[in-house]
Amino acid sequence: MNVNEIRRQFPILDQEVNGHPLVYLDSAATSQKPLSVIQSLSEYYHGYNANVHRGVHTLGTKATDGYEGAREKVKNFINASSSEEVIFMRGTTTAINTVASSYGSANVGEGDEIVITHMEHHSNIIPWQQLAKETGATLKYVPLQADGTLSLEDVRNTVTPQTKIVSIMMVSNVLGTMNPIKEITQIAHENGAVMVVDGAQAAPHMKVDVQDLNCDFFAFSGHKMGAPTGIGVLYGKKALLNKMEPVEFGGEMIDFVGLQESTWKELPWKFEGGTPIIAGAIGLGAAIDFLEAIGLDEIEKHEHHLAAYAMDKMSSIEGMTIYGPKDPGKRAGLVTFNLSDVHPHDLATVLDSEGIAIRAGHHCAQPLMKWLNVSSTARASFYLYNTEEDIDRLIAGLVKTKEYFSDVF
Amino acid sequence: MSFNNLDTLYRQVIMDHYKNPRNKGAIEDGSVTIDMNNPTCGDRIHLTLDVEDGLVKEAKFDGEGCSISMASASMMTQVIKGQTVDTALNMSGIFSDMMLGKEYDDSIDLGDIEALQGVAKFPARIKCATLAWKAMEKGVKEEE
Repeated sequence: MNVNEIRRQFPILDQEVNGHPLVYLDSAATSQKPLSVIQSLSEYYHGYNANVHRGVHTLGTKATDGYEGAREKVKNFINASSSEEVIFMRGTTTAINTVASSYGSANVGEGDEIVITHMEHHSNIIPWQQLAKETGATLKYVPLQADGTLSLEDVRNTVTPQTKIVSIMMVSNVLGTMNPIKEITQIAHENGAVMVVDGAQAAPHMKVDVQDLNCDFFAFSGHKMGAPTGIGVLYGKKALLNKMEPVEFGGEMIDFVGLQESTWKELPWKFEGGTPIIAGAIGLGAAIDFLEAIGLDEIEKHEHHLAAYAMDKMSSIEGMTIYGPKDPGKRAGLVTFNLSDVHPHDLATVLDSEGIAIRAGHHCAQPLMKWLNVSSTARASFYLYNTEEDIDRLIAGLVKTKEYFSDVF
Repeated sequence: MSFNNLDTLYRQVIMDHYKNPRNKGAIEDGSVTIDMNNPTCGDRIHLTLDVEDGLVKEAKFDGEGCSISMASASMMTQVIKGQTVDTALNMSGIFSDMMLGKEYDDSIDLGDIEALQGVAKFPARIKCATLAWKAMEKGVKEEE
């Protein structure tokens, strides 16, 4: 993998911030976009912008081909058995909310259980809290091990025959933990529950095979994998999706409309009410082409290497606390940390003055922050365009931050 | 490397308030209690005021957050103590102007708070500085 060649595909990286070359270490929040994706949007708007699935005219056909072609790319990208199982949505949040509102309302009742974990992102907590409140179900949490991993033993002890839905993130956006989704899915199924996977931090970084995982639903966002914001995917098993009611009603998703009753289109369109996210889907297709040309396995290997390199260097800084699994082989390409008593915001401001972009805050995971017993943390996250030099700059920035605040703490 | 730009943000007096916060704690039986947080970053403040006859007799804060948010809270409690509610609200307006980089009324002495002027140049941090003031505004308005 030639990182320098890859970097040339990301024009945004070639700039100075506060007088220093930009080091972008916030890809877990949103990734940068390669030229091919930017061009795919420009080509669509310059050459064949039209609404889909309705026009007889040529541009309409071209736009429909582009949009449905992107669906086919997503199908192959996650190895779904059919493109009917790929529904375009705004992002992971909307996808999980759709499962909670549609599948959840129809299948969860009083006395039932929904199981999630202590490491979830708010988008995989609140939809289930709301569902539990509406239905009288109980929301249960799988506890975490001291190193921020899940034990299958704990999963077995939490999931019961009363459990209707298990929903767990594949990769933690804070701890970097990679969860054993395939094994957890099996436990869910043994208890008669469906398995929902929040794949937001997984799909951009590693090969995902939904048939191998055997999960029932898988949600991810385009903007964390080089695609524009506002496009994401809900994968669902056809048999389940067929039984589910749409969440949004209107144009594009109907078959026949009468005065009192209407019928819905086939999958996947019955879940895509309104004019769909055409440009976004085309951009996502271009992002998938870009990532697959490099190879997801190569990308994963590169990020593992960067995480191990960063953890090694960061551990040598006095006062450094790194959260999540200590074994770099067990974590994805991000490192969440705190440095002495320097508040993560102050740390991020000093690093920004050096041109280094990191995330500081609660990372939309307040229950996890509580478990870690901190109010906020700093996070450096890596993607295919990051280099060892980026991490060296981060380390130098951290050392300078310590010096800068040394009089205070 | 120079930290000149940073030095306009992290003035010594700010770091002093962060390290040695004034009026830290809570007033028991205070007439006004406000909890406010900054949902995007997790900073939170617990502000208690003793307001009587339109006068802020006592002000204390507790909470957690970055140096800017905690120093700003410390400075605010210092400056509003002993002022009328109207003056405190007026100060809040002046502080808001200062944070937005606008011309502000300098006829009222804001004491140490002037040191926070540099925050205006760091847009991502303005919300940190205004948290305590927003809490105070909410509290005294509810009291009325």
